[in-house]
Amino acid sequence: MLGWEMIIVALQSIRANFFRAVLTMLGIIIGVAAVIAMVALGTGAQRAVNEQLENLGGNILSVRSGSHLFRGVEKGDIKLNLDDAAAIERDVEAATAVVPETSGQIPIKMGNKNRTVTVVGTTPNYDSVQKYELMYGRMFTRAENQAKERVAVIGGDLPGSLETAPEMIIGQDLLIKGTSFKIIGIFEPKGTIGFGNRDEYVWVPLNTAQARLTGNKDLNSIGVQISPDVPMDIAIIDVERVMRREHQIIPGGKNDFTLSDSKQFLSMQQEAAEIFSYLLAGIAGISLIVGGIGIMNIMLVTVTERTREIGIRKALGATRTNILLQFLIEAMALCLVGGAIGIALGASAAMLMASLAGWSTPLSVSAILLAFGFSAGVGLIFGLLPARKAAGLDPIEALRYE
Amino acid sequence: MNTAKQNPSLIRIRDLSRRYQMGDTTIEALRSVDLDIFPNEYVAIMGPSGSGKTTLMNMIGCLDSPSGGSYALNGTETAGMSDTQLARIRNREIGFVFQTFNLLARATALHNVELPLIYTGLKRTERLARAEKALQQVGLTERAYHKPGEMSGGQRQRVAVARALVTEPSILLADEPTGNLDSKTGHEIMALFDQLHAAGQTIILVTHEADIAEHAQRQIHLLDGQIAIDTGKSNLSREAVQ
Repeated sequence: MLGWEMIIVALQSIRANFFRAVLTMLGIIIGVAAVIAMVALGTGAQRAVNEQLENLGGNILSVRSGSHLFRGVEKGDIKLNLDDAAAIERDVEAATAVVPETSGQIPIKMGNKNRTVTVVGTTPNYDSVQKYELMYGRMFTRAENQAKERVAVIGGDLPGSLETAPEMIIGQDLLIKGTSFKIIGIFEPKGTIGFGNRDEYVWVPLNTAQARLTGNKDLNSIGVQISPDVPMDIAIIDVERVMRREHQIIPGGKNDFTLSDSKQFLSMQQEAAEIFSYLLAGIAGISLIVGGIGIMNIMLVTVTERTREIGIRKALGATRTNILLQFLIEAMALCLVGGAIGIALGASAAMLMASLAGWSTPLSVSAILLAFGFSAGVGLIFGLLPARKAAGLDPIEALRYE
Repeated sequence: MNTAKQNPSLIRIRDLSRRYQMGDTTIEALRSVDLDIFPNEYVAIMGPSGSGKTTLMNMIGCLDSPSGGSYALNGTETAGMSDTQLARIRNREIGFVFQTFNLLARATALHNVELPLIYTGLKRTERLARAEKALQQVGLTERAYHKPGEMSGGQRQRVAVARALVTEPSILLADEPTGNLDSKTGHEIMALFDQLHAAGQTIILVTHEADIAEHAQRQIHLLDGQIAIDTGKSNLSREAVQ
């Protein structure tokens, strides 16, 4: 019974000093909003990275020409070619599949629609190694590659960007660099992975690409699928050994190629996202504490201002506990109202940012409950000192206070 | 404890003293006071400032604790009671009326009167019914939803009296109740007190004005922390003391 009275008294006194209460709550509002938004964004970013990890093909090691840092400078120097791919397939025991790739930004045309997209020339095992599923049609065959057939498989987002229904596009002609290719399949979209949207790529047989599009025998990269039984770092050493031998690099000489494990890159990204979200949550936590100190400050002022009221209440029979609870509940009410506003703000900010980043809205009930509990806790901790001060006042002196 | 049953005193004070420490000096606000007050008495405590009358009133109102001696209210010894027990006594047994009214400025008259009953733990409907009744007693029914700022001094003091009466206390304890009022309004308040006394209410009045004190049947004059004159001692309390 008394508890309910206390809550009403607390809310009334907040209403009596509404503007001050709002200013006081601001710290908590910002703190809780930050916690909610940051936790949501952090988990959203992690979930996005996790999805990418799952979509990525099995254990794939990618060999690229040139050193990573000076790729632009060294372009045109030493290239990869099919002999390298053959050597890796032959001499690296851990390699279960090898997928050579050549690619470039090439203008395409369908009907009256023009686009410039990444066109990848590769072998027919590309889809199984890189974990692509076909939405419609089929992948090109080994025979088509050898015969340099003009066939193409396109990414799942491309029909949309060409304003054509996916099921209608099979069998149609696509002009790539002026040469007509027949579309034979569409991959399921995978979502953005790392850089660039692979769902807008076009894939053609490697031999066709080299003969008709690039005009040389160079490869941009060689994907090497590593057996799951072999640790990645051991496989990397093995691939590096074979590549150095193939490229006749003297001991101590610098590699003219780069090895990268995309999964490793992504897990680094994941770790960074995790650290980042902890950091942001820490900052948000600090702002909550600062907000709590603001509450404590204003509650101390309130207790001093209302010394006479406390004296009156005590004279009329309020116990220490009554007074303690009254001010504690007032501090907690400030925090909880601020917390509720903060949750609403933080949630909308998180949803807005998530929709901009293209993530699913990662708001969880547990995060909201946590924030609510946190603000109640802040109110409890920072309200206790002023409330104790109020409860301990001597009624005679409090009544005399001007 | 047996004496409590034999003694019909509402207030039984024996050898009561109160000392304050002010820096290096000890001030003896009350020195070995003996006092009995009986039900339905109307007592005025008088004395110059510094005589200890406010301290005595704080003692009787259980706002302060004695440094020595005993104070029994309704036969219950209050010395050594906890804060919570004293708060309970203030709530149930004492009705305070202050010189400066001491109403909550933000609350309506009705809510001010209801306030002590919140600490009694009564249900809201009963609280409101009793608060309305108390306001009616002081003739302020039509001002129930006004705030103190919208009322005259006399009306405010009547709200304070209603608040003091609402718990049906054993003692109405008034500290200079007319001190902040003009003489006409002061007389109105005193008339209200007389009326309450006639209805059986025990009233203790602290004042330094002789004409206000004359409303009471018994005057107690304090001087330097001791009772100098007690006009009522001859009638009632002599046999009780023996």
